[in-house]
Amino acid sequence: MATPAIEIEHLSKEYPYGFLNLKKKISLEDLSMRVDTGEVFGFLGPNGAGKSTTIKLLMRLIFPDRGTARILGKSIDDVSMHQETGYLPEQPYFYDYLTAAELLDYFARFHGLTATDRKTRVQNMLKKVGLETAKKIQLRKYSKGMLQRVGLAQAILHDPQVVILDEPMSGLDPLGRREVRDIILELKKDGRTVLFSTHILSDAEMLCDRVGVIVGGKLRGVGTPGEMVGIQTQGMEVLFEVAEGKNLPLLAKATRTGERYRVQMPEEELYGAIEQLRAAGARILSVAQIKPTLEEFFMNLVEADRAQANAVEVSGK
Amino acid sequence: MKNVRTVAANTFREAVRDRVLYNLVFFALLMMGAAILVGQISIGIEESVIVSLGLTAISVIGLFIAVFIGVGLVSKEMDKRTLYALLAKPVERWEFLLGKFCGLVMTLTVNTAAMAVGLYLALWAVKHTLEKSDGWILVAVYLILLKLALIVALALLFSCFTTPFLAILFTAGIYVAGVFAGDLRTVQAVDLSPATMNLLKGVSYLLPNFEDFNVMGAVAHGRAVPGALVGQATLYAVVYGAVVLAAASAIFSRRNLK
Repeated sequence: MATPAIEIEHLSKEYPYGFLNLKKKISLEDLSMRVDTGEVFGFLGPNGAGKSTTIKLLMRLIFPDRGTARILGKSIDDVSMHQETGYLPEQPYFYDYLTAAELLDYFARFHGLTATDRKTRVQNMLKKVGLETAKKIQLRKYSKGMLQRVGLAQAILHDPQVVILDEPMSGLDPLGRREVRDIILELKKDGRTVLFSTHILSDAEMLCDRVGVIVGGKLRGVGTPGEMVGIQTQGMEVLFEVAEGKNLPLLAKATRTGERYRVQMPEEELYGAIEQLRAAGARILSVAQIKPTLEEFFMNLVEADRAQANAVEVSGK
Repeated sequence: MKNVRTVAANTFREAVRDRVLYNLVFFALLMMGAAILVGQISIGIEESVIVSLGLTAISVIGLFIAVFIGVGLVSKEMDKRTLYALLAKPVERWEFLLGKFCGLVMTLTVNTAAMAVGLYLALWAVKHTLEKSDGWILVAVYLILLKLALIVALALLFSCFTTPFLAILFTAGIYVAGVFAGDLRTVQAVDLSPATMNLLKGVSYLLPNFEDFNVMGAVAHGRAVPGALVGQATLYAVVYGAVVLAAASAIFSRRNLK
């Protein structure tokens, strides 16, 4: 059996707070999971769920209270593990007195690359993330989105086997998001393993082989995006245009916006509705699944947690 | 050690691009100007006044850089989170710390050397010549530099486990106490119990003895500095500095970044 790219076993982390740090807040509770070599794994969860904590534990920026983890078979305590790992921190910030080219060259030195190799890789990477024209500008003059691109560049500069990205789409405009998506897909194509955290479901659905959902420091499940999120389809929505005065029963349930009508229905009524629209000569603009929004999806999990906690409390009484 | 060199070179580059450092050099030149002025109104003792004032300026300016930039070496990186991407490279935390230390010591060396050149220029402007005995100024500058390196190590240590403000207070406090460490060792107080006296003596040996690095008085009067004193101060600085850096490294290696 091939060595998994990332193996996490019973990782737990608590943060002390309050007077004399006597109180403790559980940030991550007994997390165990694995990411296979070559897969794109999405780590999904609302803010404060424990995504960044997990990633920081993997990168040894913070230390676990319990548990361990391995990357490509090497313990995370082994600093040589970073030779084959790339990491993009959440909302990255870099030495603002350096230019992008200087920063990338600085980081590349820690990977033992030769001067010629460094120069070539830095050039190529800046081109890849769309910063070729801004390479001589100090980072203090960069926008948030540009810093995100620099962050991505430094994460993959040394061609690592495992790439860990903490909220890689954060702060990017639609074009930037698309470029990041393309880079992730390219990494997958090259056989690299990518673990990224996000709270944007569409990104996860579009990119991930598997996702892990984490809420309140606990892993709620691991599976394909369809298994984890998509199965909760709440019905269908049809958008259409139809001439005035048509006797269409569907119109009673529809919402009108300008010339367009929008109607929602259970999945089993879809074909009947399409027949009606065809008979009335309506123009169907789109048919889409109604999925829970991110908020609804996570709120359902949080509510389920609370209900379970209440049930335990009641039965305890 | 390659990683240490890389971090040190970048720390030096940061200091060079930091305008505060240039202002301090400018301030040093201003002090030299003042020294010349004082020298002109101090009949017969111009040389010793200029040397004293110049060496004091080098020491004080260096002290400010060592404390303020020294404390910021790690705390600024943690605050701005520039450390995150770096520690995700194949770099040990002690390598980062040692690199930061070496980078600032390198900066202080260049800065101190520039100020020493300024001092010699001021001396030449007054005397229109330089004598062999003026070479002892370099020894005094070297000892100041050793003292500054120790202060940087202490600033690093404190910034590894406390806030920047407290780290500045602790470093400055240790410096002041260290200047009087020699006096503490020889203090004779009749109203203190033997136990208190022993405790005081014990503490005085734990404190860095900064007085051992001060040869300004002798050098200002053209007196030679014994080689044994220089050797002893060097050994003391190396050992004490190594212990402080090892402690800083032990603390920082287990520190959770926020």
